[in-house]
Amino acid sequence: MELVSYEQDQRLDVTFAALADPTRRAILARLAVGEASVNELAAPFHMTQPAISKHLRVLERAGLISQGRDAQRRPRRLEAQPLAQATAWLERYREFWEERFQHLDALLVEMQNQDMQNQELKSNEMQKKETRSHKKNAASPKLHIKRSGDQK
Amino acid sequence: MNAQPMQTPKALQVTARGDREIVMIRVFDAPRTLVWEAFTKPELLKRWLFGPPGWTFAVCEVTQKVGERYRYVWRGPDGTEMGMGGVIREFTPPERMVGTEKFDDAWYPGEALVTIELKEQGGKTTLTQTIRYESREARDTVLKSPMESGITMSYDRLEELLKAVFGEDSHMN
Repeated sequence: MELVSYEQDQRLDVTFAALADPTRRAILARLAVGEASVNELAAPFHMTQPAISKHLRVLERAGLISQGRDAQRRPRRLEAQPLAQATAWLERYREFWEERFQHLDALLVEMQNQDMQNQELKSNEMQKKETRSHKKNAASPKLHIKRSGDQK
Repeated sequence: MNAQPMQTPKALQVTARGDREIVMIRVFDAPRTLVWEAFTKPELLKRWLFGPPGWTFAVCEVTQKVGERYRYVWRGPDGTEMGMGGVIREFTPPERMVGTEKFDDAWYPGEALVTIELKEQGGKTTLTQTIRYESREARDTVLKSPMESGITMSYDRLEELLKAVFGEDSHMN
């Protein structure tokens, strides 16, 4: 087991909570292409500035954004490291399971091929049975004719 | 060939949902009954539910009855064992099963609840596997633990990061 510092522990919990909101995710997506002021961030959401600021505080506490030092604009900047850490962990988990599911993919192909083979075997058997019973039915009319012939 | 409607992408999606869940979504090119079998028959489980590389699937006890226990044990080259198991809570073939999960050497606190759901459409089956941990801390411990993996991917753009965490519907509108 990895030894993870207490600070990192907290950050992961808080990171996921911060990311759980679609507005906050959208804010991060916007900041990914460049820093922005609170007003610039609020504009696409038709939200009041206090409402956006609330979201920004959550993101700041999670260490996902920081404030610039420009006293007037105080632009927000994306801090990617906590996010990268969280997603790296999820990615490792995903790869672990994807490896197993790829083996399951191969097994399912095998199972379906087996099913097809079994069905072919069955339908061959059916055909054989039908051929036998055709031969049986074909024989009866001859007998019938013979009998009629005999009676005359 | 039929045109496939754009549904769930085939590759595995893993998301951290809420404060204590991990959700996996994966599409398989097979009917639901076969996927269900692969998840419930020991001889089939052993073909894909591997432990770490080089380990064998030593014990695979399954059950179809609610209230009964299942047990899996993987054994390493030096004889070390990793065992886990739980109790079946729901069992509705071929669509849904729910069971508890706990590892012998607990590496996350408490018990988890695992839900497996299968939905079939157009000959393909979508698996949704939800693991619900006792707490946020338990869930995050699982995510932080080292997993066997060959590749570490790096992302340049946040959009890709968000997709990895939350799936396809995380785009900014």
